[in-house]
Amino acid sequence: MFCEKAMELVRELHRAPEGQLPAFNEDGLRQVLEEMKALYEQNQSDVNEAKSGGRGDLIPTIKFRHCSLLRNRRCTVAYLYDRLLRIRALRWEYGSVLPNALRFHMSAEEMEWFNHYKKSLATYMRSLGGDEGLDITQDMKPPKSLYIEHFLPRWKCEQLIRQGILEHVLS
Amino acid sequence: MNEKFAPELLESKCEIVECVMEQLEHMLSTVTKHEIPVNIWISASHEQSKNMSSLAPHFFRRATDRSREENLRRARKGDLKVSIHRMEMERIRYVLSSYLRCRLTKIEKFFPHVLEKEKTRREGESSSLSPEEFAFAKEYMANTETYLKNVALKHMPPNLQKVDLLRSVPKPDLDSYVFLRVKERQENILVEPETDEQRDYVIDLEEGSQHLIRYKTIAPLVASGAVQLI
Repeated sequence: MFCEKAMELVRELHRAPEGQLPAFNEDGLRQVLEEMKALYEQNQSDVNEAKSGGRGDLIPTIKFRHCSLLRNRRCTVAYLYDRLLRIRALRWEYGSVLPNALRFHMSAEEMEWFNHYKKSLATYMRSLGGDEGLDITQDMKPPKSLYIEHFLPRWKCEQLIRQGILEHVLS
Repeated sequence: MNEKFAPELLESKCEIVECVMEQLEHMLSTVTKHEIPVNIWISASHEQSKNMSSLAPHFFRRATDRSREENLRRARKGDLKVSIHRMEMERIRYVLSSYLRCRLTKIEKFFPHVLEKEKTRREGESSSLSPEEFAFAKEYMANTETYLKNVALKHMPPNLQKVDLLRSVPKPDLDSYVFLRVKERQENILVEPETDEQRDYVIDLEEGSQHLIRYKTIAPLVASGAVQLI
């Protein structure tokens, strides 16, 4: 049946949990595009026949193929766009330099998109007042204490703990 | 806070952002001199939004606590002032970052609609985007469109190569419910029906009361500051 391959692309992403990026299915995409080309060409010839040969009975078939074409396009764009969203999340998770394992899962064009995105984001952050701007990819959680696992004598800490400046880490 | 709970992108508050950034820089420079400009911070907070000024009383309380424990503190006096100062800075930086991040996420999520809204904005109406955000949004759109075109669309049949992003990308859901607290009394707010069986009715919002209501109904009140989203 038509659109099987396109559905497979969507299912592939649906199966991958949030944040994970499976390898780019270049083969799958190519097959969908080929199917679209074939459908379109069949439609073209049928449309000509319908017009010149008066074959009105071909119209439902033409409509059906057109629907398949639209479905294929929708699935393809959804697949590509969802991947972009996952890649975007990677910038916020891992920073500017992606781990190699993830890079191998991206196509060359996706890498290019990622580089443009990084640059755009950097330009924006730099523009946020002051000389260096504000790196908003830092400070993802509210600051709880100023020092991380600082060992202080108890009598010094007591006041500070009560004031909530420090937290007593019982580990 | 309003930005976090609103389903759509709210008006850009450039002045406040700039003000806060300036404060941060000022505080940074004074920390290195081991001073605490308590008076400066308190007075500046009055100019800034309510969220920022809620940090000020906390800071002030620390100062009075300290004055009671002078003997104990003397040895670490300079150190403590600096720590507390730094703490405030970290918190401010966090709130600011969080706010800007929230806005950026919304811009990316609704990019065709945000740009369309900006394009059709009337003269004199205030913008939801700062100039930098606008530039970012345009770049994001161009980047994504170019990618989709090169990877898939240009290989498709000629009549299918254009994708209307305004229709494909979901719009912000203005009908989503939000919690709010009323700051200024409002009268005669028209609540539109959700289903056909209901009729519209009118409510009054008392100062200090809290409600759960559809965002669309009270959107202008959020913009004017009459209500606060919680």
